[in-house]
Amino acid sequence: MKILVSVKRVPDPYAKVRLTPQGALDTVGLSWTMNPFDAIALEEALRLREKGVATEITVVSIGGPETEETLRMALAMGADRALCVLEERPPDPQRVSHLLAAIYHREQPQLILMGKQATDDDSNQVGQRLAALLQLPQATFASSVRVASDGQTVQVTREVDSGREILELTLPAVITADLRLNEPRYVALPAILKARSKPLLRLPGSELVPLSSPGFLLVKRETPPPRKPGRKVQNVEELITALREEAKVLPNKHA
Amino acid sequence: MTQWIVLADTDGETVLSSTLSAIGFAQQFAPNNFSLLIIGGSTSADSQELWRQYGAKKLLIVSLPELAHPTADKVAPVVAKAMQTEGASWLVGPASSFGRDLLPRVAGLLDLPMLSEIIHAERDEAGFLFQRPAYAGNLLETYRPVANRGVLSIRTSAFQAETTATQSPVETLNLAPSELPTSTRWIGQEKSDQKRPDLSAARVVVSGGRPLKDAATFERLIGGLADRLGGAVGATRAAVDSGIAPNELQIGQTGRVVAPDLYIAVGISGSVQHLAGMKDSKVIVAINNDPNAPIFEVADYGLVADLYKAVPELLEKL
Repeated sequence: MKILVSVKRVPDPYAKVRLTPQGALDTVGLSWTMNPFDAIALEEALRLREKGVATEITVVSIGGPETEETLRMALAMGADRALCVLEERPPDPQRVSHLLAAIYHREQPQLILMGKQATDDDSNQVGQRLAALLQLPQATFASSVRVASDGQTVQVTREVDSGREILELTLPAVITADLRLNEPRYVALPAILKARSKPLLRLPGSELVPLSSPGFLLVKRETPPPRKPGRKVQNVEELITALREEAKVLPNKHA
Repeated sequence: MTQWIVLADTDGETVLSSTLSAIGFAQQFAPNNFSLLIIGGSTSADSQELWRQYGAKKLLIVSLPELAHPTADKVAPVVAKAMQTEGASWLVGPASSFGRDLLPRVAGLLDLPMLSEIIHAERDEAGFLFQRPAYAGNLLETYRPVANRGVLSIRTSAFQAETTATQSPVETLNLAPSELPTSTRWIGQEKSDQKRPDLSAARVVVSGGRPLKDAATFERLIGGLADRLGGAVGATRAAVDSGIAPNELQIGQTGRVVAPDLYIAVGISGSVQHLAGMKDSKVIVAINNDPNAPIFEVADYGLVADLYKAVPELLEKL
C-alpha cells in the first residue's frame, strides 16, 4: 500500500517565539524543525513499511523553498520520495486541505497520515478538512494504528476527552497522529547524507489549486499580557492562609 | 431560520457540559439568532428540557439509532444539512475532542473558512473580530472574517452560558439513514470513571507531574487533594506518557485547556506546552522542590518544598 504523509516546517516548539516591533514573527535566532506531530505520523508510516504493510512512503510539504529542509529530514528518516508544494505566502488550513486533495488525486495513496495539529498555528483542521473534501473516513488523535492483514481496513485507537475510543475505517482513510502513537526515530548523519540523492519534486501550488484568498484576515498579532508576579510562601501554613484570606479561593474550614 | 447554529457536544446520548462555552459565545454575539443543534442516537425529554433554558431560538434535534456513536463522518453531513435547511452562515461549537474532530470536517464539507480555539471576540462597525492563541499560547492572533460566514470552535474555558427565563421550542430534523456514510465503524471505548468533576467545568484543578512515581501515588496525593477541594485531577504529558495518569487528564497545548478559579501544580516544572493549558487560571499554586522551575514564573503562590511532605501536610490541614 502507498502512504502519503504530510509534514510542516515549524519553529522549534520548545523556543519562546517573539514579535518584532511591527508585530511580525521575529525569526532572528529561531531554529526550525519538523512539526513534532508530523514526525510521529511519518514514524508510523515507516513502521508500517517495516511490517510489510506499506510499500512506498511519499512525504509532502507546503511552503516556501526552505520547506525542502524539512522534506530532506523526512527522507533521512526513511521516506522514499518527497513533494515540495511551493506557495508564495503561508496558506491557511482551508487552502492546505485543497492542495493536499490535489496531491491525493495525483498519488492515489491508500492511507494519509499527518500530525493532529501543527505546533505553530495549533489549528487542528487540515486532516479533517481533507477527509471531508475527499469523502474519506477519518480518525483523529490516534494513539494506535493497526492495518488489517487483508489491507482493506484499519483499526485506530483515538485519545478523546472521555478516555479512548476505537474505530475501524475502510481504506483509503485519513489518520492524524497524537503524541503517544510512537516515538520517532533518531536520524544518523549517514542517513542525512544519503537522503540527498532521494527524489524530491517541486510543484508550484498555484498550478495544483488556483490562488485563493483566505476567509479570515489576520489583523493583529500580540503577546498575551504577562501574569502579575506572584510570591513564594515559606510553608504549607502560609499557603493555606494566603489561599483562604488573600486569594479567597478556599472555603473557610468547617468547624 | 437562524444565522447561527451552535453544535452541542455529545456522546450520542447526553449533551455534554462543554457545549456551554459555545452557547455562552452565541448568547453574547448572536443573541436571539442561534439554534442549538443536538445530534445523537436518542435525546431524552429531560435532556431537551435542560437545554431549552439557554436562549436558543430553537432546539434542533436529530435522533437516529445510527448516530448512537456519533463519529465525525456520520455527523458532519447531518450538521451540513442542518446548516443548509436553516440557511445558517455560521457554525460554532466547543473545542472539545468531539468539536475538534467534527467542526473542521463540516468546514471541509461546506468549504467554509474556520478559526479554532476562539478565546475572545468583539464586534465593531466593520463586523466581528475573533481572537485565538497560537504558538502554544505565546501569541494571540486577531482575525476578521472576509465574508459573513464560517466555522468557529470555542475554547471551553473562555465563555460561560447563562440560563434564560424563556424556553426554546423544539424542532425535529428528519433524515434518512441512507444519507449517512458507513465507512467508519465504532468498535469500542475505554472510559474513565466519572466520580470527579469534569476538567473543563471544575472550579479547582489539582495537577501532578512525573515526580509522582506511580499511579497509586498519583491517585493518593493528587486525587486525594482534588477530592479534599472538590476539584478535578489533571496531569502533565510526562505523567501520562509514563503511565502514572490516564491520557484524558493531560493538560496543555495539545490536551485539555482549563482556567479554574484555583490550579494547584504539584511536581510540575512548567514546560511551554503545559503552561499553554492552564496559565489563564485565576489563581495558580506551584509546589516544586526546584526553586528555578519555570512554573514559579506564572504561579501566584509558590512553595519550594518536597511534594511528599507538602501534600500530606495540606491534606492534614485543609
